[in-house]
Amino acid sequence: MMALLEVKDLKVRVEEREILHGLTLTVNEGEVHAIMGPNGSGKSTLSHVIAGKPGYEVTDGQILFRGEDLLEMEPDERAAKGVFLAFQYPVEIPGVTTMNFLRTALNAQRKARGESELMVPDFLKKVREVSKSLNIPQDMLKRGVNVGFSGGEKKRNEVLQMALFEPSLCILDEMDSGLDIDALRIAADGVNALRSPGRAMVVITHYQRLLNYIVPDVVHVMSRGRVVKSGGKELALELEASGYAQFEDAA
Amino acid sequence: MNVAVAKTGSGRAVSDLFASAEGRLPGSPDVIAARREAFETYERLGLPHRRIEEWKYTDLRALVGEVLPLAAAPDATALKRAAEAVKAHAIAGARKLVLVDGVFAAELSDVKALASEAGFKTLRESLDKDAGLLKTASTDAVIAVNAALATDGVVLSIADGTQLSAPVQIIHVATAASASAVTRSQVRIGKGVRATIIESFVAAGAAAYQVNDAVIISVGDDADVAHIRLMDDAADAVNITSQFVTVGANTKLNVFNMTSGAAVSRLQGFITLAGEGSELSVNGVNLLKKTEHGDTTLVVDHAVPNCVSREIFRAVIDDRAHSVFQGRIIVRPDAQKTDGKMMTRALLLSDEAEADNKPELEIFADDVSCGHGATAGALDDSLLFYLKARGLPEKQAQALLIQAFVGEAIEQIADDTLREHVIGIAERWLERRS
Repeated sequence: MMALLEVKDLKVRVEEREILHGLTLTVNEGEVHAIMGPNGSGKSTLSHVIAGKPGYEVTDGQILFRGEDLLEMEPDERAAKGVFLAFQYPVEIPGVTTMNFLRTALNAQRKARGESELMVPDFLKKVREVSKSLNIPQDMLKRGVNVGFSGGEKKRNEVLQMALFEPSLCILDEMDSGLDIDALRIAADGVNALRSPGRAMVVITHYQRLLNYIVPDVVHVMSRGRVVKSGGKELALELEASGYAQFEDAA
Repeated sequence: MNVAVAKTGSGRAVSDLFASAEGRLPGSPDVIAARREAFETYERLGLPHRRIEEWKYTDLRALVGEVLPLAAAPDATALKRAAEAVKAHAIAGARKLVLVDGVFAAELSDVKALASEAGFKTLRESLDKDAGLLKTASTDAVIAVNAALATDGVVLSIADGTQLSAPVQIIHVATAASASAVTRSQVRIGKGVRATIIESFVAAGAAAYQVNDAVIISVGDDADVAHIRLMDDAADAVNITSQFVTVGANTKLNVFNMTSGAAVSRLQGFITLAGEGSELSVNGVNLLKKTEHGDTTLVVDHAVPNCVSREIFRAVIDDRAHSVFQGRIIVRPDAQKTDGKMMTRALLLSDEAEADNKPELEIFADDVSCGHGATAGALDDSLLFYLKARGLPEKQAQALLIQAFVGEAIEQIADDTLREHVIGIAERWLERRS
């Protein structure tokens, strides 16, 4: 079986400084991978490069998505193929209502895939269902995207999009940052509801706490731009006890 | 006066312009004398240029060169073309008053429907009785040209207490290429009136024409009025419009100006708050591309105490286009408790786009709250990436952000139909871009 995501010996620079020094990672359909590591280990860089954020120079290596070269695609093409990045800091877009944004984005993805636009009643029904399960009030959807939203609301809005766009690869970049325990639980429940045999997730986090809620199949430890250790979910607990220092020495 | 030396860029004598037009200009001997005087003012001043402070950023000598001869009165073919354009630009439900190449076209207008609610005459009909129609509160060379050469216009009078059941839309259609359409209109709005007045400037196949329009509006006390101007002239046209507005007491006036066409345009608005307790909202959007030059110059004069004025202006500038916003708020010595604010923002879509923002406050009273702000910048890369990461292609992501940017000004239009119409103009502009 072809892997969903294959990152092979990836080397990435930002402004002349190499951040990823040959990172390799394989994610199969249906799997949930956690990537843990200290600040500055390159976790967010990896998520940005997969999503196609400008400002990163890939000097070597490959990223394949269902065997296709992701690095050759624009960010919008990647989204249409099924790659979704849940942002660590979702931006505020004043003047664009959440509803309008959701519909425009969903239809842009469908159009790129050669599918017809979703009919408005079907779309509304779907948004209503998902937002209800995520405890997102309807009036929030009429406001500008993320404008005046709390940290928890912004993260729930990311999960809402994930549920609507139905991507096959979700990358959650530090979803727990800035969330209290209740907000984290709601967001994590939303993510867990989206776990399915056809969908993989890469959960990037600094702390083990998030992984109590989103339990991974595989845990990778990143340090200084490489994956230095991979294991089962028990690796996260081990890290919680012993910290990242051992791996920093190893790297 | 030695007029022989006054020549335009093309070598045409300036005085020929008036001489050749005189036969077509309506008015009594008094009116003709007033026109001659106005023309002499223009001859003396010439077109405004950059060394005249008010025209510093819009040098008409460099940008336009000369005033073109008047367009001929429209023939049947021209009216037929105009009818098509009117159909395309008419706002649903509005009562139309149509001027084609500077001449009122009764057959394209809804005079009968309007007659039950408002007094209407053409400028041509009105001038004989009222030479004062050619006078305005201030005069510069382009206003003088307008007084000298105005061939027609609408003279509208809305009696006290009238609530117009439909908006009035004055549509200026250009069918004649390489010629001038010079119009002057007057709108008198009585006490307690509720009305919406729309002005549209459109082309019907004409190119390289010039529009010089003046509109004089007086709004009585206790009124609630919207005044919307939508300028979408041909890509190589020139549009110079001067607005003179006086506002009575306890009145709400909501003004919106949109520029989405013309190679060179200037809208100069002079609004005087002459009665206490009134609220003025003046908003505008300039959408400019290629080498277009769009100038919006607004003077809001708080002549009396206790009035509020708000101005929100947005410019979207692509390619090598140039947007100018000059906003002056004057607070006269007696105008205590004035609350005047102005915010202008420019969005530059290319490295060669240019924006000039010139806000000015002239405050002579000591108990006022006035302020202004101005920004200019590019689209936010982090917002663009967020939208692209959600599946929007670059141009579509830009379009969404541009719509949001101009939305804050467009949102000030209270009427749903009108607001949607204006959003539609912005959407079409954005589609043409991509």
